[in-house]
Amino acid sequence: MESLHSQLGGLQYDDAPESAAIAKIQSDYGLFINGKFTSPKDHKSFFTTNPATEEKLAKISQADAKDVDAAVLAAKRAYEKVWSKTSGPERAKYLYRIARLIQERSRELAVTETLDNGKPIRETRDIDIPLAAAHFFYYAGWADKLSYAGFGPDPQPLGVAGQIIPWNFPLLMAAWKLAPALAAGNTCVLKPAETTPLTALLLAEILQQAELPDGVVNIITGDGSTGAALVDHPDVNKIAFTGSTGVGRLIQQRIAGSGKHLTLELGGKGANIVFEDAPLDEMVEGIIDGIFFNQGHVCCAGSRLLVQESIADDVLRRLMRRVEQLRVGDPMDKNTDVGAINSAEQLARISELTATGEQEGATRLTSTCVLPSKGYWFAPTVFTNVSQSHRIAREEIFGPVLSMLTFRTPEEAVQKANNTNYGLACGVWSEKGSRTLWVAERLRAGVIWANTYNKFDPTSPFGGVRESGFGREGGRQGLEAYLNV
Amino acid sequence: MTSSALRLVTPDSTGIEIPARRNLPSFVTESGLRTELKKLSGVDAVGAEARVAKLGTRSLKKETKKSAIDLAISMVDLTTLEGADTAGRVASLCTKAMHPDSTNPLVPSVAAVCVYPDMVATARSVIGSGAVHVASVATAFPSGRASLAVKLLDTKEAVDAGADEIDMVIDRGAFLSGNLLKVYEEIVAVKDACGTAHLKVILETGELVTYDNVRRASWLAMLAGADFIKTSTGKVGVNATLPVALVMLEAVRDFAEEYGEVVGVKVAGGIRTTKDALKYLVVVNETVGSTWLDPDYFRFGASSLLNDLLLQRTKQQSGNYARPDRFSGD
Repeated sequence: MESLHSQLGGLQYDDAPESAAIAKIQSDYGLFINGKFTSPKDHKSFFTTNPATEEKLAKISQADAKDVDAAVLAAKRAYEKVWSKTSGPERAKYLYRIARLIQERSRELAVTETLDNGKPIRETRDIDIPLAAAHFFYYAGWADKLSYAGFGPDPQPLGVAGQIIPWNFPLLMAAWKLAPALAAGNTCVLKPAETTPLTALLLAEILQQAELPDGVVNIITGDGSTGAALVDHPDVNKIAFTGSTGVGRLIQQRIAGSGKHLTLELGGKGANIVFEDAPLDEMVEGIIDGIFFNQGHVCCAGSRLLVQESIADDVLRRLMRRVEQLRVGDPMDKNTDVGAINSAEQLARISELTATGEQEGATRLTSTCVLPSKGYWFAPTVFTNVSQSHRIAREEIFGPVLSMLTFRTPEEAVQKANNTNYGLACGVWSEKGSRTLWVAERLRAGVIWANTYNKFDPTSPFGGVRESGFGREGGRQGLEAYLNV
Repeated sequence: MTSSALRLVTPDSTGIEIPARRNLPSFVTESGLRTELKKLSGVDAVGAEARVAKLGTRSLKKETKKSAIDLAISMVDLTTLEGADTAGRVASLCTKAMHPDSTNPLVPSVAAVCVYPDMVATARSVIGSGAVHVASVATAFPSGRASLAVKLLDTKEAVDAGADEIDMVIDRGAFLSGNLLKVYEEIVAVKDACGTAHLKVILETGELVTYDNVRRASWLAMLAGADFIKTSTGKVGVNATLPVALVMLEAVRDFAEEYGEVVGVKVAGGIRTTKDALKYLVVVNETVGSTWLDPDYFRFGASSLLNDLLLQRTKQQSGNYARPDRFSGD
């Protein structure tokens, strides 16, 4: 066999870095309470770092229980005095403004997100930021049409919503939480993740620019203790949380009996099911997108690949060829496909679980890409010879690690796909529509993609079943989480 | 952050394994061909279009851009296929093909000139034994609506007049009506008539409409002995598009892996700007790799593209845009 090499060497892409200066990051940030940036009561702070370089980006305020109290109080007052009396069309006006301002400042937001999170600039520029704006646009349209949303003639808001969001899509998750809550007439206290607070703080500036009434949205930064204080606050009427199943379970226990409404969007172990009649090349791209998009830091990632045995060798060969091609490195380079792991903790968890995979007897195939010496990195990895009982087939790795299993019949595919505690998303690849539908209606997951993966749209509800949580975000259904219905 | 500390390492291989060449199967029956084409995977249109849209965001800077522009120039089949063509115009085109920028000898020559059969002799007399190929459309271009005898004569005359590349059209009507054997046998016959001349088989993808058809027609043409598969005549409403090029490149890649035969791809019609051309090169780069990043295996059929490439080349070298009149019209 003659192998033709230096293939991609044909066009070596020169560095194409986006400018970090566009982000205009300040040296330190206060808490955004009642329309103003304020210092935390006990002046505690922490640093947020660039995971690609380990450089400190900015000093961030650590909100304690007193700060949380101030934020919730501001939200409560704004709800009672202003926002609950603001008409639907007026609320829509603010949401449209926010959407447009996100678009206007999209480059600044994209660069800030990439610096703070480590994800490639191509993704923040083409996916995170445009989708965040799209969510505000979409829910702006609902603000004056709640009576027609299917929740009765005059559905009412819940009051103050405490919203805790993760680090994997910082601004986008803020948009998923804020847009429907505001459209429905609630006020909000938003807590971004400890490692990725910057775009939420930039969003606070945008809210000021949009002249959103003071206190309607408050943004407080901090670690888990800040989130816990928010969850425990008696004046919070609703908690919306996106994050790990473990924390979600704790939240549900803590608010039991309090009367607080709750929606949880938790972990996943999505199955990407490939039948032998799948469109091959697009399916390989779909597998790649399913697990290596955003370094695999995606709750709905297609982290389990279930391939029909008859084509398993061919799929693996094509898949690994494509994995080798992924450009891993500087997230600020416009040609980067896979960026940095968000934190040292997450890198440790990914490393631990992949080591377990090898110990348990799975075969590890890893991209030969050269990783930068500083920062947190993990080379795209595929495990074969994985069985259902392996930890890498059961636990959420939340990193660029794919576990490949095989099946022989559609029944076996469904059985294996459903053999998980989670139920967030699955993909089905086949050119035969009847089979796709047969499989889809038997899968226990909130989202099923057919011949695609990781496609998001504000009009489409997103959420899980079982240990992946409950409640929907996006679409008409997403309003329900913020209405008293 | 210094980007050099995090410099991207480009993978050095697409991992394409090309086995030793083996004899192509000879298909003497319709059902044999049908079975062969049936084994091809379908194409998901949404996925294919999303893939090229993503590749379209690649950012080529500095040296990459310079070398890509020169590569693109060397891949142009400089084309004139007008009823109003004259010997003078063709001669002028040949001069330009050999020296695209008369004031700068560093600019590479293009791959070929592409003309109608009656202009081949003129083209050959200007080019002589130069490196630029003389390509001729043949087989009742662009419709292909003629008998096989006429098509073969058309081909032979062009080859006899000095063409070393023939761009033939397939019988789209036969393909769409399922008469695969007719299409196959015509290509085999034209290939035979070509002798040593290279054969480019035009699929006219705008008339095949679906990506599934494009993949099947690509495979059929390669089985019949095509040296190149080509998207379009440039004479119908829809010509070369990036997703069609992607599907054809995937087909030549899979064909090389299966039969050990490296077939080229020519995109033609509607490619006018450097920006467009670079997008195609990125798709080539990331689908099939450097074997195909070569004028022997990838071509642009175009007329106005060359001047835009020259304009952008000058911009890259000097930092300034030249006036369009700086380069000859044809």
